[in-house]
Amino acid sequence: MSNPNIVYLDKNSAPRVMFSGDSIIEVDLPVGTRCIYPKPPVDGLKDVDAAIRYAVNHPFGCEPLYAKLRPGMKVVIAVDDISLPLPPMRRPDIRARVLNIVLDMLDEHGVEDIEIIIAVAYHRHMKEQEIKRMVGDRVFNRFWPDRLYNHDAEDPEQLAYLGKTDAGEEVELSKAAVESDLIIYVNLNLVPMDGGHKSVGVGLCSGRTLAAHHNPQTMMEGGSYMTPEDSGMHRSVDRIGRFINKRLNIFHIESTVNNRMFDGNLEFLAKNPDDYSSFEKFKLRSTLFALDRLPQAARQEIFDRYRAPYAVTGVFAGETEECHKHTVAKCYEQYLVDVKGQADIQITGIPYISPYNVGAFLNPVLVQVLAQGYFHNLHRGRPLLKEGGTIIITHPCSDRFDHEQHAPYTEFFHKILTETSDDFELHKRYERKFSRNPAYIRMYRHGHSFHPNHPFYMWYWGTAGRKHQGRCIVVGADNEYVPRILGYETAPSMTEAIRMAKETAPEDPQITCANYTPIMMTQVS
Amino acid sequence: MVTKKCRDTRNALDTYPSKGRNTASNALSATNCGPRAPRSNTHVTASYFDVDGTLVRTNLMHTAIYYMANQINPLRSAKSLARLALRAPQLIWSELRDRRTFNEQLFECFAGMSEDRLVCLADDTYNFAMKEALFTGARDLISRCKAEGHEVVLISGALDFLLERLAADLGADHWVGNRLEINDEHCTGKLVRPVVAGPTKARLIVEHARTKGHDLAECFGYSDSYSDVPMLSVVGRPAAVNPDAALLRLAHAYQWPVIRLDKAA
Repeated sequence: MSNPNIVYLDKNSAPRVMFSGDSIIEVDLPVGTRCIYPKPPVDGLKDVDAAIRYAVNHPFGCEPLYAKLRPGMKVVIAVDDISLPLPPMRRPDIRARVLNIVLDMLDEHGVEDIEIIIAVAYHRHMKEQEIKRMVGDRVFNRFWPDRLYNHDAEDPEQLAYLGKTDAGEEVELSKAAVESDLIIYVNLNLVPMDGGHKSVGVGLCSGRTLAAHHNPQTMMEGGSYMTPEDSGMHRSVDRIGRFINKRLNIFHIESTVNNRMFDGNLEFLAKNPDDYSSFEKFKLRSTLFALDRLPQAARQEIFDRYRAPYAVTGVFAGETEECHKHTVAKCYEQYLVDVKGQADIQITGIPYISPYNVGAFLNPVLVQVLAQGYFHNLHRGRPLLKEGGTIIITHPCSDRFDHEQHAPYTEFFHKILTETSDDFELHKRYERKFSRNPAYIRMYRHGHSFHPNHPFYMWYWGTAGRKHQGRCIVVGADNEYVPRILGYETAPSMTEAIRMAKETAPEDPQITCANYTPIMMTQVS
Repeated sequence: MVTKKCRDTRNALDTYPSKGRNTASNALSATNCGPRAPRSNTHVTASYFDVDGTLVRTNLMHTAIYYMANQINPLRSAKSLARLALRAPQLIWSELRDRRTFNEQLFECFAGMSEDRLVCLADDTYNFAMKEALFTGARDLISRCKAEGHEVVLISGALDFLLERLAADLGADHWVGNRLEINDEHCTGKLVRPVVAGPTKARLIVEHARTKGHDLAECFGYSDSYSDVPMLSVVGRPAAVNPDAALLRLAHAYQWPVIRLDKAA
């Protein structure tokens, strides 16, 4: 039986529709090209609040939440930040729903000493309005700003050193969390990489702990970081998490969402263009017409304001590992698409958003994060692309950086990457010095900028992908030098890019167009 | 208004050289700069800070007004303030054209003020114009620079005896500021050369870095004003702090970090 998510193009096939930054383009691909589409959205839970209550009362691997509570205890609730889901979900955010139910339970049990920490680690601090939107008005009005705040991984007074794991990883966490009687982690799991030990062990840690696994060596070890069972990064994160769990009392509440990123006028993006209805074809033409005529700022504004209609597909609670395996299984159920055989040439559109540019432009380093990082790693088992194969991406690769969020990225890209793009050299020679710039640290701590270490981490995020992929050709770049700094080749059209890719591919290459917007993962047999 | 009687004129005389002796052109050898404490040359790099508008919310006008308003008697204060007010259009015009001319014209209002008056009001002026006006994040930023091993240098058009107090307060290693010229124990209304402002700051930074063996490409610079673009341009790691509109535009064009120190640390 043929896989409904895989389509082989013939001479009558419609052009493929894909993102190129904040534009949508149509491209003609050769006959025989294999196109992979995400699975349709899994049905959402009918009563999410009931599911949350059930999860916290019937947790995996530990006693129910109510049994852990006693009057007078100190509770820290840590919450995932705005880096997921993408795009941000419509209200009510699942995190707000969980918080409301948990806080009611804490109130009923006489727990009054409560702090809520946004577990940002080295991500940018969320803005007041973003936090309000995420946690809901009720929680915000009650706790902001004294008892609801962003974690500051640079404030020594807010950190507590726990010790070293057997493998020598240093563990330093939020002092409020360490000194609490109970940590409740409210997670939203968009992809299998998220959640589990990564929640507390990364979200609430300091740079000392991040350095243990956010380095090129660890990022290259094992398989995809989207499959926690194979990933070198997760092995380190799990060691740290187990070390923490022995010392702290942690209760996880994890939730999963389906892949309904778009509805209404953009729902067609998840479908095979051959299956578009007449109305969807009209919507495509209208969208192309409008986006083509709008200035970039207007296109970005439209997409920034868009909120995704995700549905909650599962809520799981309890002990870290016992709870998380159910979460990961639910993610796989939504995302995994079985594919026969790897590709010699992979074609992928790069969208306007990544976890690190919510409300900002996707800068060149983040283009790399998607092309060599996330989209390379969205597989279980073998990568979709053969080792040494060519990936073709579509993106303008504009030399633009958001002043507020990505100030350190600019210097990293123009000063550091132009000297070397070697991950290990960057790590050894440049990272420490660059990341101690007091101005950038100030922007992270008191503004809304990513930490100066973050661009280095994002480059390491692509380490395995760069090593695996032979070439990367970008179609639609508005300049030559940004792709050159990223190590990309440029092509004026998709036809030319495929011709260039074939030069280093075997005869009659397997060409695959992988559509990762909405999210999917490939499982190559 | 605060009036303070001068008690130690000897100290003031020691502090201010007489006219004709203050011709040093090299800021490092001139008396209008100095180290707060002897240090070994082991810093990996230096951080150069403008002061007015960058670390404190006040500017040179506040210092001048405070001194004018606290003359020996109210009548003299009123006269001095009136004279300063009459000069306002000229000062505004100068500020728009050239910061150095502005500094020179502003400090002309000190002409005739006794040296001991300068000294006995120094602490009060420092408290009014600097200490109480310090941005909340200023100490945090300086501490961060110190923690990273930077030599912290204050370089400002402010008067040197105020900078000395600020440097001691913040833990800065070195300061470079303007010095009033003294003749017969009274201010002449002129500034000792070089006048610390605009492009001169850049030259002084280059000389300081050379003397201390700092690699300018690795040095940090912080300022709030477009007039300090030369100073920010000679260091490898400039940052705009609470920038004015023109500097903000430039900082965005050159992708310099933009930070605000008026938020709580």
